Parts: sequence; C-alpha cells; structure tokens
Amino acid sequence: MTEMAHGTAPHRGADPLLPRWWRTVDRWSLSCAVMLFGIGLLLGFAASPPLAERNGLDPFHYVERQALFGLIALVAMVICSMLSPTAVRRIGVIGFLIAAVALAFLPVFGTNFGKGAVRWYSIGFGSVQPSEFLKPMFVVLCGWLMAAGLQIGGPPGRVLSFIVCVVIVGMLALQPDFGQACLIVFAWCVMYFVAGAPVILLGLVAGLVIAAGVFTYGASEHFARRIDGYLSTEIDPTTQIGYAANAIREGGVFGVGLGEGEVKQNLPDAHTDFIIAVAAEEYGLILVLCILALYATIAVNALVRLLRERDPFVRYAGTGLVAILAMQALINIGVAARLLPTKGMTLPFVSYGGSSVIAAGITVGMLLALTRARPQGRMADYLARARG
Amino acid sequence: MSDAPETDDALPGEPRKPLRPLAAILRARERGENPDLIEKENLRARHERMRDASQHRAESRLLVLGLFFVLAFATVGIRMGMLATSPPAEPRLAGAATISSGRADITDRHGRVLATNLETRALYAHPHEMVDISQASKKLAGIFPDLDAEVLEKRLTSGRKFVWLRKTLSPEQVQAVHEIGEPGLLFASREMRVYPNGPLAAHILGGASFGDEGVRAAEVIGVAGVERAFDAQLRAPTPRPQPLELSIDMTVQSTMREVLAGGMKMFGAKGASAVIMDVHTGEVIAMSSLPDFDPNDRPPLPTKGDPADSPLFNRAVQGVYELGSVFKIFTIAQALEEGLINPSTMINTTQPLHWGKFRIRDFKDYGPQLSATDVIVKSSNTGTARVAQQIGAARQKAFLQSLGFLEPTQVELFEAPSGRPLVPKQWREIQTMTISYGHGLSSSPLHLAAGYASLLNGGTRVTPTLLRQYGRQLGDRVVSERTSAAARDMLRKVVSEGTASFAEVPGYAVGGKTGTADKPRRGGGYYKNKVLATFASAFPAHDPKYTVIVTLDEGRTQILGKERRTAGWIAVPVAAELIRRTAPLLGVRPESVPAPTAGVRQAQNSNG
Repeated sequence: MTEMAHGTAPHRGADPLLPRWWRTVDRWSLSCAVMLFGIGLLLGFAASPPLAERNGLDPFHYVERQALFGLIALVAMVICSMLSPTAVRRIGVIGFLIAAVALAFLPVFGTNFGKGAVRWYSIGFGSVQPSEFLKPMFVVLCGWLMAAGLQIGGPPGRVLSFIVCVVIVGMLALQPDFGQACLIVFAWCVMYFVAGAPVILLGLVAGLVIAAGVFTYGASEHFARRIDGYLSTEIDPTTQIGYAANAIREGGVFGVGLGEGEVKQNLPDAHTDFIIAVAAEEYGLILVLCILALYATIAVNALVRLLRERDPFVRYAGTGLVAILAMQALINIGVAARLLPTKGMTLPFVSYGGSSVIAAGITVGMLLALTRARPQGRMADYLARARG
Repeated sequence: MSDAPETDDALPGEPRKPLRPLAAILRARERGENPDLIEKENLRARHERMRDASQHRAESRLLVLGLFFVLAFATVGIRMGMLATSPPAEPRLAGAATISSGRADITDRHGRVLATNLETRALYAHPHEMVDISQASKKLAGIFPDLDAEVLEKRLTSGRKFVWLRKTLSPEQVQAVHEIGEPGLLFASREMRVYPNGPLAAHILGGASFGDEGVRAAEVIGVAGVERAFDAQLRAPTPRPQPLELSIDMTVQSTMREVLAGGMKMFGAKGASAVIMDVHTGEVIAMSSLPDFDPNDRPPLPTKGDPADSPLFNRAVQGVYELGSVFKIFTIAQALEEGLINPSTMINTTQPLHWGKFRIRDFKDYGPQLSATDVIVKSSNTGTARVAQQIGAARQKAFLQSLGFLEPTQVELFEAPSGRPLVPKQWREIQTMTISYGHGLSSSPLHLAAGYASLLNGGTRVTPTLLRQYGRQLGDRVVSERTSAAARDMLRKVVSEGTASFAEVPGYAVGGKTGTADKPRRGGGYYKNKVLATFASAFPAHDPKYTVIVTLDEGRTQILGKERRTAGWIAVPVAAELIRRTAPLLGVRPESVPAPTAGVRQAQNSNG
C-alpha cells in the first residue's frame, strides 16, 4: 500500500543484477569517467616524479598511490551506480551527517599540511579531506529536502535546504576554502532553479548581473582599467598562474612532447590544481579539448536523461551532482586558462589525491544510479517492458 | 469539515478538487470501506499531476542548464585554444625571470664600458647521483687548485643532496669538469658582473656579488659604489636595459690612477686620492683613491685595524681630513665678498698670534704685514686668522655651509653619507680662526673639489655628481663674479710666485693653493711629523674649466739634503703631472692665457 501511495514502480520479477545494470546504466558517462581517470593516471606519470624526487620518494610513488585510489574510486563508482534512488537518498543523508560532523571537528583534529588552511584529517597511510565527500552528500540531501517540500503537507524543504547550505558554506569559509564554498552555493542555486525558482527572482538576479556588467564596463572606464590592472598583475610569470599560462602557450596545439614539459618542475601544485597545465604543455590543446569534451559529455548526457525523469528527488539530486562535477572541472580549467581567479580546486578524476578521486567516483556513481533507465510510470514504459 | 484539505496545493488553472469529496466518503462508509483510501488515491492522483507539471517546467530549465554548461565548456575550450596558439610572450624560463638577469651596463661619459655582464656557469653536485665521489673529488681538486680533495670528499659524502662547489667557471674549467664524466656534477647558468678595466675606478663602481642563487640563475646585487646606489635601477627588468652613463672619462681616470700611483710610490705615501671635477657642472671626471682593489675580486671587509687604511676605503669621498691651508682662499674670498678687504689691503701678520692660551704661527716669519694677496701667496696662518676674526663665527659658518662643507656630499655613491664632515661642536672665535686656515674642520677631498669649483667658476654653487650632465648646472650664487675673479688671480699667483711653483704647466695657467695639514692624533693633539699634503687647483686660472684636487697621506722626500713634507714638494708635482697629461685629454687648449701677463709669468718661472 505504501508503494501505491508513493507511486514507486511495482516489484519486478527476478532479473540478474549485472545485466540489468549494464542495460540501464548511462554507458556514455561511465566510459567518459573511466577515460578521465585514465588520463589522470597518464598525466600523473608526467607530473608527479619531480615532486616525488623533491620529497625523496620513489619517482612513481604518487602514480602508484593514484592507481590504488583510482581502483577504489572505480569500485565505489560501480557500486554506487547499482543503488536504487532510495538507497542513494539514504546513503546521501547518512553520509552527509558523517561528513558534516567531520567538517565541524576539523579545527580540532585536522592538519593543515603547512598550506594555511585546515582541510585534512591525517590518518595512518594518508589524509582525508571531508569537504570533498560532503559535496555529493549535500546535493543528495538537498534534493531530498526539495522533493519532500513538494509533497502536500510535506516539510518546508526549500527553506530547510537553504539553511543547510548556509551552515555548510559558513563552515567552509572558516577553513577557509572559498572554492568549495562557491561550488556548494552554485550546486544549491542550480537545484533551486530546476526545482522551480520563481521567475520573478530569476529575472531579478539576471537584471542585477546585467546592471553590474553595464556599470563595470560601460559606465566606468576607470573601474574597467583597474580590473585590467588587477588582471595584468596576475600575469606575473612568477605566480602559479603565470607558470600555468606559459605552459599552455609552450604546449601549443600538439604539445612539446611526452616528458619534455617544464611546468611540473616549477609548479608545486602541478599534480593537483594545475594538472591541466601539465596536460596542455606535454600533449597540447588536443588533450585539453578532449578532457573538456569528456566532462561536457558526462554533463549533457546526464541532463538529457534527467529531462525524462518524473521523480523530483532524482531530478534535483541528479542535476546537483552534474552541477558540482561540471562546475569543479570548469573552475579548475578556467583558473589555468586565466578566466577565473585562483582557487584551490582539483580536477575531478584527473588530479592527484585520494579524497578527490574517490569523491569524484562516488559523485559519478550516484549520478549514474539516478540516471539509470527506469520506468517513469507512463504507459509507454509499461508497454516497453511488456515487449522487452 | 475539520479534516478538509489545504487549498493552496491545487494546481493553477484547475478547479479545486477536494481530497476527501464528501459524497464519495459517505458512499464508502455505507459500503463499510475505509474512506481514507479514497483520500490517499486522490492525493496520489494530485501528486501525479503535480509531478507532470513540474517535469514540464523542469524540462525547459534543464535545457537552459545544459546549454549553460555547453557554453561554459566551449568558452573555456576557446580560451584555451587562444592561449595555446598565442606565442609564449613571457620568458621561457620563468624561473630565470624571478631572479632578474641582464643587469644594465655602466659606461663612462663617452659610452665606454666600465661594468658589464658575462655568461658563465656555476658548479654544483648531486652527490646521490655521483658514481665515484673520491675519484671525482681528486679530479676536481686538480682543476681547481684551491679546492682540497679530502675536504671536498667529506662535503660530498655528508649526506646532503645538493652541494654548491664553485660560483663561476671559465669555459676551460667547464670543459675540464665535463671531462671528468661524472653525472652528479651539474652546471648552473649564471651572469656574472665583469669590470673589464680592473681596478680603474674601483671605488666609484664599488662591486657586485651574487644574491639569491638558483640553478637557473643567480641574482646579481650591487654591494658598494654606484652599483649599490643605483642597484634598483640597474636591476630593473626592462627588455633592453639602458646603460648607466657616468660622468667619468675613462682615459682621464686611467691617467690619474697612473700618475697618482707613481707619485705615491715616489714620495712613499701610505695613501693618496685625487679628484678632477668640471667646475660648471659638478661632474666628477675622474676620481681615484689609492690603495685600491679590483672590483672583479673585491676583498672582504677588514675585520681589524683602521678601516680607513683598507683598500676598500674611498679616501676621496669617505675620508674626512683637516685639509689645511687650502681653506685660506675661502676666508679671503669671503672677506672680499663682504667688503672687509680688497686684494691689496695690508694685513697684520706679526708673529705669533696669541688667543688665550693658544698661539698661531706661520711656517716662517713673513714680516709684520702682508697684502691680502700675499697672505694667500705666502700662506700666512696669522694673516688669515686675523681676517677670520673680522668675519666672525656665524658668517664663516654660513659661508662654508653655502659651499657644502657642513654636510656629506650628495654624490651618487653608496658610501657618500659616511663622508660626513667633522664640524666643531662649539664654533667660537678660536675655531673660526683655525678653520680659516683649514684646521678644526674635517671634510673630504670631494667637498674641497666642489668648494673650489663653486668659488672659481664665477661664484655659483655646484653639487658633485657622478652622472653625466648635459649643459651647465647653475646653482645658488655663493660669491660675486668679481670675488671669484679676484680669488682666481690670487690662486694663479700662488703658482707663479708662491708655494706652488712646481704646479706651473706650460700653456695651462694653473692656479691653486697648497695645504700641509698636521694629522690629528687619535685622542687629541697633532703628530709632529705626519702630514696630509693637499694641492687644490683649477685650470686655466683666468677661466677655469676643471678643478684638480690631489692629496697624499704621509708622503715625504729628501731634496737638497733636507726632508720635505710640505704640499709644495709632495702634492704639487703630482698635480702638475696630472694636469700636464690630462688637460689635452680633456680638450683644454694650451696657451689660452692672455698674452701680456703670460710672457712675464713664464719668464719669471723659468728664472725660479
């Protein structure tokens, strides 16, 4: 009766798990994610030996670790993608609570690794960055809250999700980790947009943005010059961004060749935040465009699949997961391309780092779970099932 | 109807349909069914409709979102494409750009290079990559004799992963190290500062050394002289650095160093300095201080002894001395300017001059009175002191101030502020009297050059400078043209008739004043037999172009069976040789002395 009341699909006859998974999963996105991870490993071979040497480790120390993390991430992705939306929701909510508590206790038990921000827990063989895991869990929680808000007599989901968002952003800003905070805000905004943000509000925001743009570039030439000056100081070749831009230029269309790059010698974060600069230098624009195309494929493919989705929770959570994945990639590459100010943000799947890779695996895994082909309660679905 | 449903959840455009329609519920109750099922079914139906509606709305928004992401990825991709296809404008070695290379050259006034850069290599080792450390150490010690094989081996096996071995290598040494064939010996590229003229102008240039050292490049920083004073300007990373153009004339500088070194050796002096300055611009054309050093291999700062005896000490700028009788001309010129005397006024020169417990004497008794001109020509202390009494302390101080004697020179050397004149704390009448003949106030030879230039160029103040100037630099007026001309005449007579007769250089009408100052003893009083011999001069005397200052420290000579220490015997011949050799280089035409007097003076000189 509960099933009837909540409109879930009726129980289907026993169907072997893996074939059903393979039939219904978004194989395009799955293969894109696996390819991205492969590229990450390939770039790790180029980018991390200088760092390993500096730290007095075996040259391929970081590549080996990354391969191990990648394996864990792939397994996590596949397992997550087999879950039902309900299971995703439960794991998301419980995971969110754990990650939020971990985040809250960071100032007490965390380590800063001399980077000025307390973002990590140091455990035995490595370190964990709770904010990486928090992002997908937060998205799932907000999807659930927003969907529940639609129910007649349901909780005020949008308001609750907004409060959660503000609290999390506050905690991230205290670390400080403005990059992740931006991402959280962006994901919430996207979900709110899809969940039916009032047209008036959207118009207001658009109007404000346009007004600000007009003010900045049209009305005040002086201000525009100051921005130009600010940007040009960033081109200082001694900054990370300067090294990265230079590496991209050196690489050109086809790259300087395998192992010939220099940026990895100069950039301390070549294997994490600026991995795209290594890619651009050694393999050229071609590989950068490939990476961009892979992320775009995942995002567009997932959004197209969500178009047909009738379950609000699945739609919201799915959109949010797409948003954090695509936006993180956009920010990371945009920083290297000097479109955005520097943020400490990894490139999902590609950058080195256990937390980052495993969290990306969970994100895409959950997204795959949510975008799996499933009956949408329409006649056509039932007819199709009857035929198949 | 307490359990009536909320009304706000009805979808717009649809007639509100209650969740518990009364008729249906009553019917169900009659049939004994659970009426809640009807409500649940209605609720489900409404949720279905809401879902459909929200999916319709979300569809368009998801499309917008998809478009946004496609556009965003495309923007980043296009931007990347633009970046990748633009030429790498920034230097390829970004690491080299952090440590600025391409320090600007320094040239003399005719563009001849005084300091430039040379590409070289530094040697370092990665001991963990070395195959045979002990063998390599022995071979390195063979190439560099100052390295000790055992010490080197100890350094290389100390467990460090990076060891600097040499800062600069010649190409031959680089080749020799290559031939060791040791993979753990590596070269770092360097630009080193080179002074192709060696010790010439050493104190002016100062020197440079490496600051931050990296594998790709090392920072070259100025440590002294103009290299340090203009360090920021020389290091400024410009695409094509403009050389720093000094006022120095390299040939004159070279001649000066040679003549001064010869004089110092001949008279056994322990130090010497000289300055040639353009009287109209204040440009230092040449300036030397001996002993000097090679800025290519700058000696370390002395840790013991008097720093003023170190070769690094610039006597012409940092050294402040009681310069003696060369100051008399300032006293007489001021008295002329104030209208207290004229050149032929007779001045009491009775010996000795008592002032309290002090007694002032002349070198020898010149009789009871001398004309003002003769006070200068014979260099009478008592005469000058009596004139100074008329001027008074306040006016004397103001006049010396206007000539720049009370502050360090503003010359563009890092060391200039340390050449601060020693001025008496109490400037009373007795100080006025001693300062009038150059004791009790210490200043540097460069101060003296600027003072003479200001007094003799027609009476306008010049500031000493090491930078090339274009055109006259007219400062404040210090004395009138007339006073300046009278002072020039007197100084000319000192050479033609007085204590500086050795300064006669045919054709160049030198005018100048000697000064033999007893050296002050540390802790008070003066040495009996240690003097500083100074000759301050200008030429040509009737219209001076250049002032020449020569000082020799503790020089002496045996002439006519007598030991001579006075400037007339020591400093003047050196200055005369300097003028004789540099005046043609400076483009001063000889025999420019007005004809009538010249013949007389030359005849007189040849008689004497």
